[in-house]
Amino acid sequence: MTQTTLSTSNKITPVPLDWKKWLGVIPFFLFAILFLLLPSMRLFVGSFTDNEGRFTVGNILQLFEQKSILDAYWLSIRISAVTAIGGGIFGFLLAYAVTIGGLPRPLRSMLITFSGVASNFAGVPLAFAFVATLGRTGIITAILKNVFHVNIYQAGFNLYSFTGLTLTYMYFQFPLMVLIMAPALDGLKREWREAAENLGATTFQYWSQVAMPILLPSLLGAMILLFGNAFGAYATAYALTGGSLPIVTIQIGAQIRGDVLHNPGLGYAMAMGMVFIMAISLAGYSWLQRVSERWLR
Amino acid sequence: MNLATSQTASKVLKSKGQEAKPQNRKIPVWSWFWFILGALYFILPLYATLQFSLQMKRDEITLLAYQKAFEDPQFIKTFTYSNLLALATIIAGIVLFVPTAYWIRLRLPQARRITEFITFLPFVVPAIILVFGLIRIYSTPVKIPFTDIELFQPLTTTHFGTNILIVAGYMVLAMPYMYRSVDIGMRTVDVRTLTEAAQSLGASWFQIITRIILPNIRASLLSGALLTFAIVVGEVTLASFLGVNAFGPYLFLLGQHLAYQPAALSFVTFLLTWMAMGLIQLFTGGQGQAAGAH
Repeated sequence: MTQTTLSTSNKITPVPLDWKKWLGVIPFFLFAILFLLLPSMRLFVGSFTDNEGRFTVGNILQLFEQKSILDAYWLSIRISAVTAIGGGIFGFLLAYAVTIGGLPRPLRSMLITFSGVASNFAGVPLAFAFVATLGRTGIITAILKNVFHVNIYQAGFNLYSFTGLTLTYMYFQFPLMVLIMAPALDGLKREWREAAENLGATTFQYWSQVAMPILLPSLLGAMILLFGNAFGAYATAYALTGGSLPIVTIQIGAQIRGDVLHNPGLGYAMAMGMVFIMAISLAGYSWLQRVSERWLR
Repeated sequence: MNLATSQTASKVLKSKGQEAKPQNRKIPVWSWFWFILGALYFILPLYATLQFSLQMKRDEITLLAYQKAFEDPQFIKTFTYSNLLALATIIAGIVLFVPTAYWIRLRLPQARRITEFITFLPFVVPAIILVFGLIRIYSTPVKIPFTDIELFQPLTTTHFGTNILIVAGYMVLAMPYMYRSVDIGMRTVDVRTLTEAAQSLGASWFQIITRIILPNIRASLLSGALLTFAIVVGEVTLASFLGVNAFGPYLFLLGQHLAYQPAALSFVTFLLTWMAMGLIQLFTGGQGQAAGAH
Protein backbone atom coordinates (compact mmCIF):
# COMPACT_ATOMS: atom_id res chain seq x y z
CA MET A 1 0.00 0.00 0.00
CA THR A 2 2.63 2.47 1.03
CA GLN A 3 4.74 1.35 -1.86
CA THR A 4 2.06 2.12 -4.38
CA THR A 5 1.54 5.63 -3.05
CA LEU A 6 5.28 6.18 -3.17
CA SER A 7 5.51 5.07 -6.77
CA THR A 8 2.53 7.19 -7.82
CA SER A 9 3.96 10.26 -6.13
CA ASN A 10 7.11 9.59 -8.07
CA LYS A 11 5.10 9.64 -11.26
CA ILE A 12 3.34 12.87 -10.37
CA THR A 13 6.60 14.75 -9.83
CA PRO A 14 9.03 13.20 -12.26
CA VAL A 15 12.69 13.80 -11.46
CA PRO A 16 13.64 16.73 -13.67
CA LEU A 17 16.62 16.47 -15.95
CA ASP A 18 19.87 17.23 -14.22
CA TRP A 19 20.66 20.41 -16.13
CA LYS A 20 17.25 21.84 -15.36
CA LYS A 21 17.97 21.76 -11.68
CA TRP A 22 20.94 24.02 -12.25
CA LEU A 23 18.69 26.69 -13.79
CA GLY A 24 17.57 27.58 -10.28
CA VAL A 25 21.01 28.76 -9.23
CA ILE A 26 21.90 30.62 -12.42
CA PRO A 27 21.03 34.08 -11.05
CA PHE A 28 23.33 33.55 -8.08
CA PHE A 29 26.24 32.31 -10.17
CA LEU A 30 25.69 35.10 -12.69
CA PHE A 31 25.84 37.61 -9.87
CA ALA A 32 29.00 36.03 -8.47
CA ILE A 33 30.65 35.99 -11.90
CA LEU A 34 29.72 39.57 -12.78
CA PHE A 35 30.55 41.29 -9.52
CA LEU A 36 33.11 39.08 -7.82
CA LEU A 37 34.90 36.70 -10.18
CA LEU A 38 35.14 38.92 -13.25
CA PRO A 39 36.60 41.89 -11.33
CA SER A 40 39.08 39.57 -9.61
CA MET A 41 40.00 37.96 -12.94
CA ARG A 42 40.52 41.38 -14.47
CA LEU A 43 43.12 42.22 -11.83
CA PHE A 44 44.68 38.78 -12.18
CA VAL A 45 45.01 39.06 -15.95
CA GLY A 46 46.17 42.66 -15.64
CA SER A 47 48.98 41.66 -13.31
CA PHE A 48 50.40 39.46 -16.08
CA THR A 49 50.03 42.08 -18.81
CA ASP A 50 52.53 44.75 -19.77
CA ASN A 51 51.75 48.23 -21.09
CA GLU A 52 51.47 46.96 -24.65
CA GLY A 53 49.01 44.26 -23.65
CA ARG A 54 51.41 41.33 -23.93
CA PHE A 55 51.92 38.57 -21.41
CA THR A 56 54.65 39.21 -18.85
CA VAL A 57 55.77 38.10 -15.44
CA GLY A 58 57.73 41.31 -15.09
CA ASN A 59 55.09 42.93 -12.88
CA ILE A 60 55.25 40.09 -10.39
CA LEU A 61 59.04 40.20 -10.37
CA GLN A 62 58.98 43.96 -9.92
CA LEU A 63 56.93 43.53 -6.74
CA PHE A 64 60.01 42.05 -5.14
CA GLU A 65 62.36 44.66 -6.55
CA GLN A 66 60.69 47.98 -5.91
CA LYS A 67 61.56 49.10 -2.42
CA SER A 68 58.45 51.19 -1.79
CA ILE A 69 56.23 48.20 -2.55
CA LEU A 70 58.21 45.81 -0.40
CA ASP A 71 58.14 48.37 2.41
CA ALA A 72 54.37 48.70 2.10
CA TYR A 73 53.86 44.95 2.32
CA TRP A 74 56.27 44.71 5.22
CA LEU A 75 54.52 47.52 7.10
CA SER A 76 51.11 45.92 6.52
CA ILE A 77 52.38 42.53 7.61
CA ARG A 78 53.95 44.00 10.74
CA ILE A 79 50.82 45.89 11.76
CA SER A 80 48.62 42.90 11.04
CA ALA A 81 50.89 40.51 12.91
CA VAL A 82 51.24 42.75 15.95
CA THR A 83 47.50 43.38 16.20
CA ALA A 84 46.73 39.72 15.54
CA ILE A 85 49.08 38.46 18.22
CA GLY A 86 48.39 41.26 20.72
CA GLY A 87 44.67 41.32 20.05
CA GLY A 88 44.65 37.54 20.01
CA ILE A 89 46.26 37.17 23.41
CA PHE A 90 44.21 39.93 24.98
CA GLY A 91 41.00 38.63 23.44
CA PHE A 92 41.78 35.13 24.60
CA LEU A 93 42.38 36.27 28.18
CA LEU A 94 39.11 38.21 28.11
CA ALA A 95 37.21 35.24 26.70
CA TYR A 96 38.82 33.08 29.38
CA ALA A 97 37.83 35.53 32.11
CA VAL A 98 34.14 35.46 31.22
CA THR A 99 33.81 31.77 30.34
CA ILE A 100 35.77 29.71 32.85
CA GLY A 101 37.56 32.48 34.71
CA GLY A 102 34.92 32.69 37.41
CA LEU A 103 33.38 36.07 36.59
CA PRO A 104 29.65 36.56 37.21
CA ARG A 105 27.44 35.36 34.36
CA PRO A 106 25.92 38.73 33.35
CA LEU A 107 29.38 40.07 32.56
CA ARG A 108 29.70 37.41 29.90
CA SER A 109 26.70 38.46 27.86
CA MET A 110 27.74 42.07 28.33
CA LEU A 111 31.18 41.37 26.93
CA ILE A 112 29.84 39.30 24.03
CA THR A 113 27.38 42.00 23.01
CA PHE A 114 29.99 44.68 23.32
CA SER A 115 32.40 42.60 21.27
CA GLY A 116 29.80 42.25 18.55
CA VAL A 117 29.48 46.02 18.44
CA ALA A 118 33.17 46.84 18.66
CA SER A 119 34.23 44.33 16.01
CA ASN A 120 31.82 46.12 13.67
CA PHE A 121 32.74 49.62 14.78
CA ALA A 122 35.46 50.59 12.37
CA GLY A 123 36.36 52.98 9.62
CA VAL A 124 35.93 56.73 9.96
CA PRO A 125 34.05 56.82 13.30
CA LEU A 126 36.65 54.60 14.93
CA ALA A 127 39.46 56.83 13.70
CA PHE A 128 37.69 59.92 15.06
CA ALA A 129 37.12 58.19 18.39
CA PHE A 130 40.82 57.52 18.74
CA VAL A 131 41.71 61.06 17.77
CA ALA A 132 39.44 62.22 20.60
CA THR A 133 41.17 59.78 22.94
CA LEU A 134 44.85 59.77 22.05
CA GLY A 135 45.18 62.64 19.60
CA ARG A 136 47.16 65.75 20.51
CA THR A 137 44.19 67.13 22.42
CA GLY A 138 42.68 63.77 23.28
CA ILE A 139 41.37 62.95 26.72
CA ILE A 140 44.02 60.41 27.67
CA THR A 141 46.75 62.67 26.35
CA ALA A 142 45.39 65.51 28.47
CA ILE A 143 45.00 63.37 31.59
CA LEU A 144 48.52 62.04 31.28
CA LYS A 145 49.83 65.55 30.82
CA ASN A 146 47.86 67.29 33.57
CA VAL A 147 47.69 64.58 36.21
CA PHE A 148 50.82 62.53 35.64
CA HIS A 149 52.88 65.27 33.94
CA VAL A 150 53.78 62.96 31.08
CA ASN A 151 53.59 64.45 27.64
CA ILE A 152 53.33 61.40 25.43
CA TYR A 153 53.76 63.42 22.26
CA GLN A 154 57.02 64.86 23.51
CA ALA A 155 58.00 61.34 24.51
CA GLY A 156 57.72 60.35 20.87
CA PHE A 157 54.19 58.96 20.70
CA ASN A 158 52.17 59.78 17.64
CA LEU A 159 48.67 58.55 16.90
CA TYR A 160 49.23 58.85 13.17
CA SER A 161 51.99 56.28 13.18
CA PHE A 162 52.62 52.56 13.46
CA THR A 163 51.88 52.51 17.19
CA GLY A 164 48.79 54.66 16.83
CA LEU A 165 47.33 52.59 14.02
CA THR A 166 48.10 49.41 15.96
CA LEU A 167 46.26 50.70 19.03
CA THR A 168 43.32 51.70 16.83
CA TYR A 169 43.14 48.36 15.02
CA MET A 170 43.16 46.64 18.42
CA TYR A 171 39.72 48.08 18.99
CA PHE A 172 38.15 45.74 16.45
CA GLN A 173 40.73 42.96 16.70
CA PHE A 174 40.43 41.73 20.26
CA PRO A 175 36.62 41.77 20.28
CA LEU A 176 36.70 39.52 17.21
CA MET A 177 38.99 37.20 19.15
CA VAL A 178 36.53 37.17 22.05
CA LEU A 179 33.72 36.23 19.68
CA ILE A 180 35.69 33.32 18.22
CA MET A 181 37.30 32.04 21.40
CA ALA A 182 34.34 32.18 23.81
CA PRO A 183 32.56 29.23 22.13
CA ALA A 184 35.85 27.32 21.89
CA LEU A 185 36.49 27.78 25.62
CA ASP A 186 32.93 26.66 26.30
CA GLY A 187 33.81 23.49 24.42
CA LEU A 188 36.40 22.50 27.02
CA LYS A 189 34.62 19.76 28.90
CA ARG A 190 34.51 19.86 32.66
CA GLU A 191 35.21 16.09 32.67
CA TRP A 192 38.63 16.63 31.12
CA ARG A 193 39.65 18.87 33.96
CA GLU A 194 38.23 16.49 36.55
CA ALA A 195 39.94 13.54 34.94
CA ALA A 196 43.22 15.41 34.90
CA GLU A 197 42.85 16.43 38.55
CA ASN A 198 41.94 12.88 39.57
CA LEU A 199 45.13 11.71 37.95
CA GLY A 200 46.98 14.25 40.05
CA ALA A 201 47.65 16.93 37.48
CA THR A 202 48.36 20.45 38.67
CA THR A 203 46.57 23.40 37.12
CA PHE A 204 49.65 24.14 35.09
CA GLN A 205 49.86 20.56 33.87
CA TYR A 206 46.18 20.58 32.97
CA TRP A 207 46.60 23.72 30.91
CA SER A 208 49.85 22.83 29.25
CA GLN A 209 49.06 19.19 28.50
CA VAL A 210 45.27 19.01 28.12
CA ALA A 211 43.57 22.34 27.49
CA MET A 212 46.22 24.09 25.40
CA PRO A 213 46.78 21.30 22.89
CA ILE A 214 43.02 21.19 22.34
CA LEU A 215 42.66 24.96 22.10
CA LEU A 216 45.80 25.62 20.12
CA PRO A 217 44.37 25.02 16.62
CA SER A 218 41.44 27.35 17.18
CA LEU A 219 43.69 29.85 18.93
CA LEU A 220 46.12 29.91 16.02
CA GLY A 221 43.31 29.86 13.48
CA ALA A 222 41.62 32.82 15.12
CA MET A 223 44.88 34.77 15.17
CA ILE A 224 45.37 34.09 11.46
CA LEU A 225 41.85 35.36 10.85
CA LEU A 226 42.70 38.47 12.84
CA PHE A 227 45.79 38.90 10.69
CA GLY A 228 43.70 38.84 7.52
CA ASN A 229 41.18 41.15 9.12
CA ALA A 230 43.83 43.80 9.72
CA PHE A 231 45.64 43.18 6.46
CA GLY A 232 42.59 44.00 4.34
CA ALA A 233 41.61 47.07 6.35
CA TYR A 234 41.61 50.34 4.43
CA ALA A 235 39.05 52.81 5.74
CA THR A 236 40.33 53.01 9.31
CA ALA A 237 43.91 53.60 8.22
CA TYR A 238 42.91 56.14 5.61
CA ALA A 239 40.66 58.06 7.98
CA LEU A 240 43.27 58.10 10.72
CA THR A 241 46.43 58.87 8.81
CA GLY A 242 45.02 60.41 5.66
CA GLY A 243 47.26 58.15 3.61
CA SER A 244 50.53 59.20 5.21
CA LEU A 245 51.26 55.72 6.54
CA PRO A 246 51.97 53.73 3.39
CA ILE A 247 50.42 50.33 4.10
CA VAL A 248 49.47 48.15 1.13
CA THR A 249 45.78 49.04 1.07
CA ILE A 250 46.61 52.75 1.12
CA GLN A 251 49.08 52.29 -1.74
CA ILE A 252 46.49 50.39 -3.76
CA GLY A 253 43.98 53.13 -3.06
CA ALA A 254 46.42 55.70 -4.44
CA GLN A 255 46.95 53.51 -7.49
CA ILE A 256 43.20 53.37 -8.14
CA ARG A 257 42.89 57.17 -7.92
CA GLY A 258 45.69 57.68 -10.38
CA ASP A 259 48.50 55.57 -11.72
CA VAL A 260 51.07 56.54 -9.06
CA LEU A 261 53.27 53.56 -9.87
CA HIS A 262 53.38 54.61 -13.55
CA ASN A 263 52.64 51.03 -14.47
CA PRO A 264 49.04 49.80 -14.28
CA GLY A 265 50.19 46.18 -14.43
CA LEU A 266 52.29 46.69 -11.31
CA GLY A 267 49.23 48.05 -9.52
CA TYR A 268 47.27 44.94 -10.43
CA ALA A 269 50.16 42.75 -9.32
CA MET A 270 50.18 44.54 -5.99
CA ALA A 271 46.48 43.87 -5.56
CA MET A 272 47.00 40.23 -6.48
CA GLY A 273 49.80 39.95 -3.94
CA MET A 274 47.32 41.05 -1.32
CA VAL A 275 44.71 38.55 -2.46
CA PHE A 276 47.43 35.89 -2.35
CA ILE A 277 48.30 36.67 1.28
CA MET A 278 44.62 36.85 2.24
CA ALA A 279 43.95 33.51 0.55
CA ILE A 280 46.81 31.81 2.37
CA SER A 281 45.77 33.15 5.75
CA LEU A 282 42.12 32.23 5.26
CA ALA A 283 43.00 28.76 4.00
CA GLY A 284 45.12 28.35 7.12
CA TYR A 285 42.23 29.55 9.25
CA SER A 286 39.69 27.17 7.78
CA TRP A 287 42.12 24.24 7.98
CA LEU A 288 42.88 24.93 11.65
CA GLN A 289 39.19 25.40 12.30
CA ARG A 290 38.51 21.93 10.97
CA VAL A 291 41.30 20.46 13.08
CA SER A 292 39.94 22.09 16.23
CA GLU A 293 36.41 20.84 15.55
CA ARG A 294 37.61 17.31 16.26
CA TRP A 295 37.66 18.06 19.97
CA LEU A 296 35.56 21.11 20.48
CA ARG A 297 32.24 20.00 19.10
CA MET B 1 16.92 1.40 46.52
CA ASN B 2 19.15 2.02 43.64
CA LEU B 3 17.53 5.35 43.07
CA ALA B 4 17.94 6.23 46.71
CA THR B 5 21.62 5.44 46.75
CA SER B 6 22.25 7.36 43.61
CA GLN B 7 20.35 10.27 45.09
CA THR B 8 22.39 10.23 48.25
CA ALA B 9 25.48 9.84 46.14
CA SER B 10 24.59 12.89 44.16
CA LYS B 11 23.83 14.69 47.41
CA VAL B 12 27.25 13.79 48.69
CA LEU B 13 28.77 14.95 45.47
CA LYS B 14 26.82 18.17 45.66
CA SER B 15 27.77 18.86 49.24
CA LYS B 16 31.34 18.04 48.38
CA GLY B 17 31.13 20.53 45.59
CA GLN B 18 29.74 23.10 47.95
CA GLU B 19 32.50 22.43 50.41
CA ALA B 20 35.06 22.76 47.72
CA LYS B 21 33.55 25.93 46.40
CA PRO B 22 34.61 28.44 49.03
CA GLN B 23 38.16 27.45 48.25
CA ASN B 24 37.67 28.19 44.57
CA ARG B 25 35.55 31.20 45.35
CA LYS B 26 38.56 33.36 45.95
CA ILE B 27 37.95 36.46 43.93
CA PRO B 28 39.32 35.67 40.46
CA VAL B 29 41.72 38.60 40.52
CA TRP B 30 43.23 38.05 37.11
CA SER B 31 39.88 37.56 35.44
CA TRP B 32 38.71 40.83 36.91
CA PHE B 33 41.91 42.52 35.89
CA TRP B 34 41.58 41.52 32.23
CA PHE B 35 37.89 42.25 32.19
CA ILE B 36 38.36 45.76 33.56
CA LEU B 37 41.21 46.40 31.16
CA GLY B 38 39.01 45.26 28.28
CA ALA B 39 36.11 47.36 29.49
CA LEU B 40 38.37 50.42 29.65
CA TYR B 41 39.61 49.81 26.12
CA PHE B 42 36.02 49.59 24.95
CA ILE B 43 34.66 52.54 26.82
CA LEU B 44 37.43 55.15 26.89
CA PRO B 45 37.39 56.02 23.17
CA LEU B 46 33.60 56.24 23.24
CA TYR B 47 33.64 58.35 26.36
CA ALA B 48 36.28 60.59 24.82
CA THR B 49 34.19 61.00 21.66
CA LEU B 50 31.06 61.81 23.63
CA GLN B 51 32.87 64.19 25.92
CA PHE B 52 34.51 65.98 23.01
CA SER B 53 31.24 66.22 21.08
CA LEU B 54 29.61 68.02 24.02
CA GLN B 55 32.24 70.76 24.26
CA MET B 56 31.35 72.94 21.33
CA LYS B 57 30.88 75.89 23.64
CA ARG B 58 33.65 76.81 26.00
CA ASP B 59 33.12 75.69 29.63
CA GLU B 60 29.67 74.38 28.96
CA ILE B 61 28.14 71.01 28.18
CA THR B 62 26.06 71.46 25.08
CA LEU B 63 24.31 69.44 22.42
CA LEU B 64 25.05 72.16 19.89
CA ALA B 65 27.36 69.91 17.87
CA TYR B 66 24.58 67.37 17.45
CA GLN B 67 22.10 70.05 16.52
CA LYS B 68 24.44 71.53 13.93
CA ALA B 69 25.37 68.14 12.53
CA PHE B 70 21.76 67.08 12.13
CA GLU B 71 20.77 70.39 10.60
CA ASP B 72 23.27 70.13 7.78
CA PRO B 73 21.23 69.34 4.64
CA GLN B 74 24.25 67.42 3.33
CA PHE B 75 24.02 65.14 6.36
CA ILE B 76 20.34 64.46 5.81
CA LYS B 77 20.96 63.79 2.15
CA THR B 78 23.92 61.45 2.54
CA PHE B 79 22.47 59.65 5.54
CA THR B 80 19.17 59.02 3.76
CA TYR B 81 21.04 57.86 0.71
CA SER B 82 23.17 55.42 2.72
CA ASN B 83 20.09 54.03 4.40
CA LEU B 84 18.46 53.56 1.00
CA LEU B 85 21.58 51.77 -0.22
CA ALA B 86 21.43 49.51 2.82
CA LEU B 87 17.76 48.80 2.19
CA ALA B 88 18.38 48.06 -1.49
CA THR B 89 21.27 45.76 -0.58
CA ILE B 90 19.16 43.89 1.94
CA ILE B 91 16.19 43.46 -0.39
CA ALA B 92 18.29 42.46 -3.39
CA GLY B 93 20.26 40.12 -1.13
CA ILE B 94 17.11 38.41 0.12
CA VAL B 95 15.70 38.11 -3.40
CA LEU B 96 18.91 36.54 -4.65
CA PHE B 97 20.18 34.49 -1.70
CA VAL B 98 16.99 33.00 -0.25
CA PRO B 99 15.79 31.18 -3.40
CA THR B 100 19.35 30.06 -4.13
CA ALA B 101 19.96 28.64 -0.67
CA TYR B 102 16.50 27.09 -0.71
CA TRP B 103 16.97 25.47 -4.08
CA ILE B 104 20.39 24.09 -3.16
CA ARG B 105 19.04 22.61 0.03
CA LEU B 106 16.06 21.10 -1.70
CA ARG B 107 17.25 19.93 -5.09
CA LEU B 108 20.87 20.67 -5.70
CA PRO B 109 23.06 19.48 -2.85
CA GLN B 110 25.86 18.97 -5.33
CA ALA B 111 26.16 22.78 -5.70
CA ARG B 112 26.71 23.14 -1.99
CA ARG B 113 30.48 23.15 -1.89
CA ILE B 114 30.98 25.55 -4.77
CA THR B 115 28.40 27.94 -3.33
CA GLU B 116 30.01 27.82 0.08
CA PHE B 117 33.33 28.56 -1.55
CA ILE B 118 31.90 31.54 -3.41
CA THR B 119 30.27 32.96 -0.29
CA PHE B 120 33.63 32.65 1.44
CA LEU B 121 35.51 34.51 -1.31
CA PRO B 122 34.67 38.06 -0.21
CA PHE B 123 36.88 37.44 2.82
CA VAL B 124 39.77 36.81 0.46
CA VAL B 125 39.01 39.83 -1.71
CA PRO B 126 38.95 42.88 0.59
CA ALA B 127 36.77 45.86 -0.25
CA ILE B 128 39.67 47.86 -1.68
CA ILE B 129 40.53 45.06 -4.13
CA LEU B 130 36.88 44.52 -5.02
CA VAL B 131 36.35 48.16 -5.88
CA PHE B 132 39.58 48.19 -7.87
CA GLY B 133 38.32 45.33 -10.04
CA LEU B 134 34.79 46.71 -10.31
CA ILE B 135 36.07 50.08 -11.51
CA ARG B 136 38.41 48.53 -14.06
CA ILE B 137 35.64 46.31 -15.47
CA TYR B 138 32.71 48.70 -15.43
CA SER B 139 34.33 52.04 -16.27
CA THR B 140 34.68 50.95 -19.90
CA PRO B 141 31.88 49.68 -22.14
CA VAL B 142 31.27 46.04 -21.39
CA LYS B 143 31.91 43.88 -24.44
CA ILE B 144 31.34 40.26 -25.23
CA PRO B 145 34.75 38.64 -24.79
CA PHE B 146 36.94 38.53 -27.93
CA THR B 147 34.49 40.66 -29.94
CA ASP B 148 33.75 44.34 -30.31
CA ILE B 149 30.06 43.95 -29.61
CA GLU B 150 29.12 46.21 -26.74
CA LEU B 151 26.74 44.74 -24.22
CA PHE B 152 26.13 47.92 -22.29
CA GLN B 153 27.64 51.32 -21.61
CA PRO B 154 30.06 51.82 -18.71
CA LEU B 155 28.16 51.66 -15.45
CA THR B 156 30.27 54.28 -13.70
CA THR B 157 29.24 57.09 -16.02
CA THR B 158 25.57 57.19 -15.06
CA HIS B 159 23.87 57.65 -11.71
CA PHE B 160 21.76 54.61 -12.22
CA GLY B 161 24.70 52.45 -13.26
CA THR B 162 26.77 53.56 -10.28
CA ASN B 163 23.92 52.75 -7.95
CA ILE B 164 23.66 49.26 -9.41
CA LEU B 165 27.39 48.84 -9.09
CA ILE B 166 27.57 49.94 -5.46
CA VAL B 167 24.58 47.86 -4.37
CA ALA B 168 26.10 44.84 -6.09
CA GLY B 169 29.41 45.58 -4.36
CA TYR B 170 27.70 45.82 -0.98
CA MET B 171 25.89 42.57 -1.71
CA VAL B 172 29.27 40.95 -2.27
CA LEU B 173 30.64 42.40 0.98
CA ALA B 174 27.55 41.28 2.89
CA MET B 175 27.28 37.91 1.14
CA PRO B 176 29.30 35.85 3.66
CA TYR B 177 27.08 37.02 6.50
CA MET B 178 23.79 37.17 4.69
CA TYR B 179 24.01 33.96 2.72
CA ARG B 180 25.24 32.08 5.71
CA SER B 181 22.57 33.34 8.07
CA VAL B 182 19.94 32.41 5.48
CA ASP B 183 21.50 28.99 5.05
CA ILE B 184 21.75 28.39 8.79
CA GLY B 185 18.15 29.51 9.18
CA MET B 186 17.09 26.89 6.67
CA ARG B 187 19.05 24.21 8.46
CA THR B 188 16.79 24.58 11.50
CA VAL B 189 13.52 24.23 9.58
CA ASP B 190 12.64 21.12 7.61
CA VAL B 191 12.61 22.67 4.17
CA ARG B 192 11.75 19.45 2.36
CA THR B 193 8.69 18.57 4.43
CA LEU B 194 7.41 22.12 4.34
CA THR B 195 7.79 22.20 0.58
CA GLU B 196 6.05 18.89 0.08
CA ALA B 197 3.20 19.94 2.35
CA ALA B 198 2.81 23.21 0.49
CA GLN B 199 2.99 21.55 -2.90
CA SER B 200 0.36 18.99 -1.96
CA LEU B 201 -1.89 21.90 -1.06
CA GLY B 202 -1.28 23.38 -4.48
CA ALA B 203 1.11 26.22 -3.66
CA SER B 204 3.29 27.71 -6.39
CA TRP B 205 7.06 28.17 -5.99
CA PHE B 206 6.56 31.87 -5.41
CA GLN B 207 4.00 31.16 -2.71
CA ILE B 208 6.24 28.57 -1.07
CA ILE B 209 9.14 30.97 -0.81
CA THR B 210 7.22 34.07 0.23
CA ARG B 211 4.59 32.50 2.47
CA ILE B 212 6.35 29.43 3.88
CA ILE B 213 10.14 29.74 3.74
CA LEU B 214 10.61 33.46 4.45
CA PRO B 215 8.43 33.55 7.59
CA ASN B 216 10.15 30.44 8.91
CA ILE B 217 13.62 31.90 8.69
CA ARG B 218 12.73 35.45 9.67
CA ALA B 219 14.97 35.48 12.74
CA SER B 220 18.11 34.68 10.80
CA LEU B 221 17.00 36.92 7.93
CA LEU B 222 16.65 39.78 10.34
CA SER B 223 20.08 39.25 11.86
CA GLY B 224 21.63 39.09 8.39
CA ALA B 225 19.79 42.25 7.42
CA LEU B 226 20.88 44.15 10.52
CA LEU B 227 24.48 43.12 10.03
CA THR B 228 24.29 44.28 6.42
CA PHE B 229 22.86 47.56 7.65
CA ALA B 230 25.77 47.94 10.07
CA ILE B 231 28.24 47.28 7.24
CA VAL B 232 26.66 49.52 4.61
CA VAL B 233 25.72 52.68 6.53
CA GLY B 234 29.08 54.31 7.11
CA GLU B 235 30.97 52.24 4.55
CA VAL B 236 33.75 54.33 3.02
CA THR B 237 35.91 52.32 0.65
CA LEU B 238 33.42 51.43 -2.08
CA ALA B 239 31.47 54.63 -1.65
CA SER B 240 34.45 56.97 -2.01
CA PHE B 241 36.06 55.17 -4.95
CA LEU B 242 32.79 54.91 -6.83
CA GLY B 243 32.25 58.56 -6.04
CA VAL B 244 28.80 58.35 -4.50
CA ASN B 245 27.45 60.86 -2.02
CA ALA B 246 27.11 58.45 0.90
CA PHE B 247 27.37 58.98 4.63
CA GLY B 248 30.83 57.41 5.03
CA PRO B 249 32.67 59.76 2.65
CA TYR B 250 30.63 62.68 3.99
CA LEU B 251 31.74 61.95 7.55
CA PHE B 252 35.33 61.65 6.37
CA LEU B 253 35.22 65.01 4.57
CA LEU B 254 33.50 66.63 7.53
CA GLY B 255 36.40 65.46 9.69
CA GLN B 256 38.84 67.34 7.45
CA HIS B 257 37.17 70.69 8.13
CA LEU B 258 35.37 70.51 11.46
CA ALA B 259 36.04 69.09 14.89
CA TYR B 260 32.89 68.77 16.98
CA GLN B 261 30.27 67.65 14.47
CA PRO B 262 32.27 64.65 13.26
CA ALA B 263 32.70 63.53 16.86
CA ALA B 264 28.96 63.87 17.39
CA LEU B 265 28.19 61.86 14.26
CA SER B 266 30.78 59.24 15.20
CA PHE B 267 29.03 58.76 18.48
CA VAL B 268 25.68 58.49 16.71
CA THR B 269 27.17 55.88 14.36
CA PHE B 270 28.34 53.94 17.36
CA LEU B 271 24.85 54.02 18.85
CA LEU B 272 23.43 52.77 15.54
CA THR B 273 25.90 49.88 15.43
CA TRP B 274 25.05 49.15 19.04
CA MET B 275 21.37 49.13 18.21
CA ALA B 276 21.80 46.78 15.25
CA MET B 277 23.94 44.36 17.27
CA GLY B 278 21.61 44.54 20.25
CA LEU B 279 18.67 43.66 18.03
CA ILE B 280 20.60 40.73 16.55
CA GLN B 281 21.27 39.43 20.06
CA LEU B 282 17.61 39.84 20.85
CA PHE B 283 16.43 37.94 17.80
CA THR B 284 18.95 35.15 17.70
CA GLY B 285 20.02 34.92 21.32
CA GLY B 286 23.26 33.80 19.81
CA GLN B 287 26.86 34.77 20.02
CA GLY B 288 26.54 37.74 17.76
CA GLN B 289 28.44 38.03 14.53
CA ALA B 290 31.41 39.92 13.35
CA ALA B 291 31.70 41.73 10.08
CA GLY B 292 34.50 43.35 8.21
CA ALA B 293 34.04 46.86 6.96
CA HIS B 294 37.36 47.96 8.33
